[in-house]
Amino acid sequence: MYWQPDEERMDRKDLEQLQLERLESTLNRVYLNVPFYRKKFDAIGFNPDDLRSLDDLRKLPFTVKDDLRANYPYGLFAVPLREVVRVHASSGTTGMSTVVGYTKNDIKTWSDLVARILTAAGVTADDVIQISFNYGLFTGAFGLHYGAERVGASVIPMSAGNTKRQIKIMQDFKTTALVGTPSYAMLIADTMMEMGINRNSLSLKWGLFGAEPWSDAMRKELQEKLKITATDNYGLSEIMGPGVAGECLARNGLHIAEDHFLVEVVDPRTLQPVAPGEVGELVITTLTKEAFPMIRYRTRDLTRIIEEPCSCGRTMRRMVRVMGRTDDMLIIRGVNVFPQQIESVLFEIEGTEPHYQIVIDRKGALDDALVLVEASEKIFFDEMKKQTELIETIKKRMASELGISVEVKLVEKKSLERFEGKAKRVIDNRKL
Amino acid sequence: MLKVRNLDVAYGSLSVLHHLSLHVKQGEIVTIIGANGAGKTTLLRTITGLLRPRSGSIRFREEEIGSLPTENIVSRGCSLVPEGRQVFAAMPVRENLLLGAYVQFKRGRREEVHRDLERIYGLFPVLKQREHQLAGTLSGGEQQMLAIGRALMAGPSLIMLDEPSMGLAPLIVKDIFAIVRQLGKEGGTVLLVEQNARSALRIADRGYVLENGRIVLEGAAENLLANREIQRAYLGKDVDAENK
Repeated sequence: MYWQPDEERMDRKDLEQLQLERLESTLNRVYLNVPFYRKKFDAIGFNPDDLRSLDDLRKLPFTVKDDLRANYPYGLFAVPLREVVRVHASSGTTGMSTVVGYTKNDIKTWSDLVARILTAAGVTADDVIQISFNYGLFTGAFGLHYGAERVGASVIPMSAGNTKRQIKIMQDFKTTALVGTPSYAMLIADTMMEMGINRNSLSLKWGLFGAEPWSDAMRKELQEKLKITATDNYGLSEIMGPGVAGECLARNGLHIAEDHFLVEVVDPRTLQPVAPGEVGELVITTLTKEAFPMIRYRTRDLTRIIEEPCSCGRTMRRMVRVMGRTDDMLIIRGVNVFPQQIESVLFEIEGTEPHYQIVIDRKGALDDALVLVEASEKIFFDEMKKQTELIETIKKRMASELGISVEVKLVEKKSLERFEGKAKRVIDNRKL
Repeated sequence: MLKVRNLDVAYGSLSVLHHLSLHVKQGEIVTIIGANGAGKTTLLRTITGLLRPRSGSIRFREEEIGSLPTENIVSRGCSLVPEGRQVFAAMPVRENLLLGAYVQFKRGRREEVHRDLERIYGLFPVLKQREHQLAGTLSGGEQQMLAIGRALMAGPSLIMLDEPSMGLAPLIVKDIFAIVRQLGKEGGTVLLVEQNARSALRIADRGYVLENGRIVLEGAAENLLANREIQRAYLGKDVDAENK
C-alpha cells in the first residue's frame, strides 16, 4: 500500500530532475529571503545561479544547531510571520530549544509525508491510532496526529504519561495502532504485564516508534510483548518533524522522502562525503519547505544509505535505523561507544531487563564506565554464584561488542528511572 | 515529455534566464506564472528553437532539441501558440488551419488532416461557422481559438501556449481556459504561460513561479494557489485586508 504511489515509486531519473528543480528554487528563495544564508553564500562567493547539478550542493556551508540557536527565535524563517500558521520547538534533548515554523502548505506537505509512513507501516482508514507522544512544542505528536487524520484513521490524542490509563484506553477504545517512543512503548508493555493484562485482550496490530534510537532486539521484544508489527520512523523538528523517513513492512531500512529532502552522508570529522553505503552523519537539505528551509543541516544522526531497491516497490532510497547521535557518542578511553550497542547486548542476555544506565567517571587519567543493569527478580533469589556468572557474561559480551571493558552492576528491577518521552541513559561525571 | 536543465538564455550581454530547470510529464498541464519581463516568453521561444540557449539542455521525448531548427522541433511534436495569436489575417480560417497541418502533410498523414480538421471544428464550432472568413475579420477570442486550432493541426504531443488570455474579454478568457482544460482531459500535454495566474493555476496540475529569470517556487497548482506570497504578488489578493 502506498499513500502517494506516483511519488513514492517515481523513476529515479525523474526524481533527480525534480530534486534539481526544487533545490534551485529553494536556494533562490533562501538567498532572497534569509539574510543568514545570503551572508553565508556571499562569504564563499556562491550565487544560486552557480548551481549546475545536485553535487554542487557540496560547495555550500553546513548549517548546525548552533546556527538555529544564534537566530532564535525567528531569524531563519523565509517568510513573514503572518504566513506562518504553526510554530514548534525542538524537544531540547540536548541544550536550548530551537524554533521552527510552518506555512499552510508546509502543514499539508507534512501531513502527506506522515500519511506515507503510516500507510507504509500498515495503518489504514480502518485503524484506531493512539498517539502517545507528548503533545506540545515537540513535533512528534502533532506530526503523527495530522498524518493519521489525513489517512482517515481514528485518532486518539492520548499524549504521554499516565501509563495505566493508556492501557485502559487501549482496551476500551480498541486501539489498533500505537505511536510513541520505543522506550515508552516498553514501559507500557511492562506495566501491562505487571497489571496481569493479557496482550490478547488488546486489539493492537501496529506500533510506530520513533524520536529516539532503538535496536532491532528491542523491536523483537516490543513485537513479542505487545503482539504488534513494529516499524521505525525518523524525523527531526529542524527539518520538519516525523515523516522524513519511515520503514515499510519489509522492515529493512527507512524510506527517505527524497522528493522533499536531499540527503548526504558525511564523515563527522572530515565533513567529506563517505563512500556509498558507508556509515556517517546524515545531512539534510529541504526541497519544498516554505517557512523554514534548511540547507545542509547536520542532523548529528549516524546512519548509512541503502542504495539497493526495496521489495516493496518504493524507489525512495532507505537509510538504516539511526545508529546513534554524534553527541550521544561516548568516547570512553578513546573508543567510540553508542548507548544502543549496550542496549542490544542486554537484549540478547537471558536474565536481564532492557533497562540500563551508563555512568562514566574519570579516575586519574582513565575513564571508568559502569553499566547499571536491571536484573529479573529471579536472579536476586538465586545464589551469588549465578549473579556473578551473569555479570561475567555481560562483561564479556560488552567487551566484544564495544571493544573496551566496562564494569557491570546488577540492580533490582524498576530501580532505574523510567521515561515517558525520550530516555536519558547516560550519566557522564567526567569534567572534560 | 519535456526536460529543461540549467538553461541560460541571454539577449546579447543581458542575461534573461538563469540556469532554469523544469519538466513536463506526459498528460500534465503545467503552468509558468510570473510578472511581465520575468522571462516566460523567452523560455517558450527557446524551447521552440526561436532563440538559442547560451548553455543548458532541452530534452523533448528523450532527445536533445536545444540545437535543432524550429521546423524540426515542431515536426517532432512540440507546437507553440505564440503570444498575440499571429494568425494569417489575409487568409481564410480554413487555410490558416491547414497551414498548421504542414508537418502532417510532410509526414504523409494526409487522411488524418481532415479528421483533425473536423476535431478542431468540434472543439471550436465558431471556427466552422467562419470557415471561409478571412482570419483578420475574426474577434480577438476567435483568433485565439484559431491560433490554438492551428497548433493542434500539427498533431503535437506537447502544446505550449503563450499568454492565451491576453487582451481578451473576461468571458472569452473563461472559454479559452475551458478549452485548455479540455485538452488536458483528452490526455494532451500542455505548457501554459500566463499572467492570469489564478485562472492558470485553477486548471493546471503543477506550476512554476518565475521571477527575474529564476524559478523561485514550484509545486502542485493547488499549493501555489494557497501560498499567500503568490496570492499577494500574482493573484491580486489583499491578504491582510481579508483578515481585518
